[in-house]
Amino acid sequence: MANDAPAANSALSVGSTAGDLMRVVIVGHVDHGKSTLVGRLFHDTGQLPDGKLEAIQEMCRRRGMPFEWAFLMDSLKAERDQGVTIDTSQIWFRHNQRHYVIIDAPGHREFIRNMVTGASNADAALLLIDADQGVRRQSRHHSYLLQLLGVREVAVAVNKMDLVDYDEKRFRQIEAEYRSYLEGIGVRARRVIPISAREGDNVANASTNMSWYTGPTVLETLAEFERPESSVDRPLRLPLQDVYKFDDRRILAGRIESGRLKVGDELVFSPSNRTARVASIEAWNTPDAPKAAEAGQSVGITLDEQIFVERGEVASHTEDAPIETDVFHLRLFWLADAPLQVGRSYGMKIGPRRMNATVERIDRVIDVDALSDHKAEKVARDEIADAVVRTNQLVAIDEHEELPRTGRAILYDRHLTLAGGIISMGGYPDQREQVTVRSTNVTAVDHGVDAARRAARNRHKPGVLWFTGLSGAGKSTLAMALERRLFDEGYQVYVLDGDNVRTGLNANLGFSPEDRAENIRRVGEVAALLADAGLIVITAFISPYRSDRDRARTAAGESFREIFIKADVETCESRDPKGLYKRARAGEIRDFTGISAPYEEPVTPELVVDTSARDVESCLDELVAYVKSNFNNPA
Amino acid sequence: MNRLDTLEAQSIYILREAYAAARPLAMLWSIGKDSNVVIWLARKAFFGKVPFPVVQLDTAMELDEVYAYRDRYAKEWDLDLVVIDCPPESEMDPDLPPMTRAAARKSAGLANLLAANAYKGIIVGIRRDEEATRAKERVFSPRALSGAWEFRDQPPEFWDQYTTDIPEGTHLRIHPLLHWTEVDIWRYSQRENIPINPLYFSRNGKRYRSLGEKNITAPIASDASNIDEIIAELEITRTPERAGRLMDNEAEDSFERLRTSGYM
Repeated sequence: MANDAPAANSALSVGSTAGDLMRVVIVGHVDHGKSTLVGRLFHDTGQLPDGKLEAIQEMCRRRGMPFEWAFLMDSLKAERDQGVTIDTSQIWFRHNQRHYVIIDAPGHREFIRNMVTGASNADAALLLIDADQGVRRQSRHHSYLLQLLGVREVAVAVNKMDLVDYDEKRFRQIEAEYRSYLEGIGVRARRVIPISAREGDNVANASTNMSWYTGPTVLETLAEFERPESSVDRPLRLPLQDVYKFDDRRILAGRIESGRLKVGDELVFSPSNRTARVASIEAWNTPDAPKAAEAGQSVGITLDEQIFVERGEVASHTEDAPIETDVFHLRLFWLADAPLQVGRSYGMKIGPRRMNATVERIDRVIDVDALSDHKAEKVARDEIADAVVRTNQLVAIDEHEELPRTGRAILYDRHLTLAGGIISMGGYPDQREQVTVRSTNVTAVDHGVDAARRAARNRHKPGVLWFTGLSGAGKSTLAMALERRLFDEGYQVYVLDGDNVRTGLNANLGFSPEDRAENIRRVGEVAALLADAGLIVITAFISPYRSDRDRARTAAGESFREIFIKADVETCESRDPKGLYKRARAGEIRDFTGISAPYEEPVTPELVVDTSARDVESCLDELVAYVKSNFNNPA
Repeated sequence: MNRLDTLEAQSIYILREAYAAARPLAMLWSIGKDSNVVIWLARKAFFGKVPFPVVQLDTAMELDEVYAYRDRYAKEWDLDLVVIDCPPESEMDPDLPPMTRAAARKSAGLANLLAANAYKGIIVGIRRDEEATRAKERVFSPRALSGAWEFRDQPPEFWDQYTTDIPEGTHLRIHPLLHWTEVDIWRYSQRENIPINPLYFSRNGKRYRSLGEKNITAPIASDASNIDEIIAELEITRTPERAGRLMDNEAEDSFERLRTSGYM
C-alpha cells in the first residue's frame, strides 16, 4: 500500500457530476505547512483511503521521525526523504456538493516554475503563512504571481498558531501586515484564518484553542470561494489550432476562448484580416449538427468561402475584433537562469500563434518586498518587470484587463519556457485600421506622364523628406526654412505640416493613439502622391511610432528618406514654442509624446540632424547639401 | 457546459495541440477504459478519424477479452493499429522486485518503439488521480530518448502553453486525460456509449477495476454489473483504483522507479 496516492480515492470524492468544481492552489513559503494542511484536511473530512494513515505511519517510523501529514501529498521518495515538495501535485476531494482539486505548489525559490504551473490552473488560492515566522519574501512573491496569473479568489491561513501559544495579538499583527500588502497589489483576501494544520485547529473543525476567533474554518472558506466569471458574454475569440482536410471538408479547429458564434456569422481572421461566414459547425457523434457554440468549447467550423487561414489566426466578429499591433507592454515574470536583456529577441507564443519578439526596453523591475520599482537593463530569475516588446509581425491581442485569455503571452527560447506575461497597450495604437483594405475590385491604371519625364522637366528627382522628432526639436522651423531655400534654388517643393493638415484633411481625427496613427497614415499617402507628381515633399510630424513611419516608407517607396530631427526632451522643453510641454506637465494634455506617451527613435534613419547643439543655419546647410546629393538629376 | 463537456473540450484542445506541434505522433492503446476514452476523444477532435498510429505494447499476457476488444474495435474504428512485442522478462533489470520487473517489459517495448521510429509525441491515457507520481505529471512531458522522466526538472506549463520544442532525440509524453478522475471516465463512457470490456463488470462476485496483464493484475470483490453500479460502488469505496495492480506496491517506491525509467 506504500505508494498509493491520496488522489487514488477520487472515487469516493468526486463521485458525482453534480455540484461545481473549484480548483484551489495552496501556496506559501517553504516549511509554512502546505502539505500538512492538505493532509489534515483529508483526514478531518474522512477522505483518506484505507490504509493510507498506516502507510504514512510506517514511512515515518522507518525514517525515525514523528508523524508527518505532508507525506500524503509528497509522493516521490525524494520528497519524503528531504521533507520538501518538489513538484506541483493535485488531489481531489468533495465536500457538501462541491468538488475540489487541491493543488499543492512547492514553496522553494528554485521551484517557482512548478508553483506557477500549479497556480495558473487554479480558480482560487489559499496562501499559507507561518505564525512564528510571519510574512516572508516568498509569501509576497507568491501573492504577486497569483495576481499576474489571474487568480482572483484568495484567502490567507496563518498556520502554526500552536507554536505561538494561539496568541491573538501575533495573529492580528500578521493579518494587518499581510492585508495591507495584498491591497497594495490589488488583491483582496476573502478571509484571514488562524490555524494549526498539525493540530487541526480551524482546518475542518473550529478550534477550541482560539475562542477569540469567530470566523469560518478553512473548509468553510473553501465553500465561500466564487467561481470565475464566464466569458461567454464577452467578444468572440476563436484562436485557430489547425486546419484539417481529412475528407472533402476543410475544417478550422480551435477552442472558443470567449464569446459565442453561430452558423451564418461573419468572422474576421486576425491578423490576416480576411473575412468569411460560418457555413457549418462540424461535430462527430452528435445526432444533429450544432448551430451555435460558446466559450470553452473545442469546435470545428467550415466557411462559405475558401480563404487562406492558418494556425494562430484569431477569429472574431468584425465589430469587436482584437487589437492588431507589433508593439505592446508586457508585465512579465522571468523564470529562466539567464537574465532577460534589452535588445534581445525571444520566441513568443500568444495562444497557438508563434512569433519573435524583441525586448525594446525595460521600464521597471518591481521589488515585490517594498513594492517599489527601479530602472534596469536586465531582469533576473524570479523577478517581475514591465517591458516593451516589439514583434516581427502584426499580432492579434487583447488588453489583459479586457480579455485575459487572449491578453497574455509566454516567452521561450528553443525548448525552454522563459517567462509569462500579461499584455497592455499603454498608449500604443491599435494598427488594425492602418492595415485594413476595405476597397475591393480596384485596378490601378498607368499615368500618361511617367516619372522620368517629370524629373527631366523639374530638373530633380522626387523625394519625401520625412522629419521625425519630439515637439520642439525644430521640425517645423527647419521644414519651412528648407522649403524656402529649395524653392529659391528652383526645386518643386512643398511642406506638409502637422497643424496645417489637421485643419483640413485630418480635421476629423483626434489625439487617441489610433487617430494619431491614422493621421500619419494619411500624411504618408499624400506625401507619396505629391512625390509621384514629381515634388520634393517635406513632412514635419512627431510621428512617434516606428510602425507608422515604416508604413509611410512603404507608401513612398525609394524616394523616402527618414530624417531624425534630434534634440533631447530637456532641450525641447526649454524651447517649448507652443507652450505644450508646460500644459502637458500640468496634466492638461494627455498622451503627450516624450512626457506621457512614448517616442520611438528611428533605428536606421537616412540622416540625423542634431539641433540641440547647432544653430538653424548650419542645420539647414546640411539639409540642402543632402537634398542636392540625393535628388539632383545626374549631371 | 457541464463537467464532462469541460473535460472533453480540454482534452480535445490537448490532442489538437499534439497533432499540430508534436508530429510524428503515436498513441499508446492499453485497451483499458482510459485509453479507449482517448481514442473516442481523438475521433471527436479529428471529426471521425484518428490521424496517427495506435500502438499496443503487447506482452502476450493480456486477458483474452482484451485481445478480443482490440481486434474488434481496431477494425470497426478504422484504427492504424501497430502491435509491438515487448522483450521478455529475463531481459529486465534483475534488481527490480518480481512484479515490477514484469511491468518493466512495457517500458522496454516502448523504448524499442521509440528507437525504431522517430516519434516526437506519444499520447498516453494516464490520469493524475490514479497514482501519486502521475499527479505530478505535466500535460506535455519531455522525456529523454531512453524514456526517463526527470521529475526534479520539469518545465513550467501554464495558460495551456505546452512544451513542444524539444531537443533532437527526445520525445514528449502527451497526457490528454491527466485532469480526469476515475468516475469521470465511467460517466463519460456511459454518456458517449463507448463499448465496455466485459471484464470491468462483475462475474461470480469479482470484477477488474483496472486492467493489466494477467500475471500481475487481480480482480476485486464486486457485484457491480453495469456502469451505474460501478459508479455507485466508487462513491463509497476507500480502496485505491490500482490496488489490484500488484507491481505498484511491492516497495515504497516501486512504481516511482518504474515511472522515472520510462513506464507510462
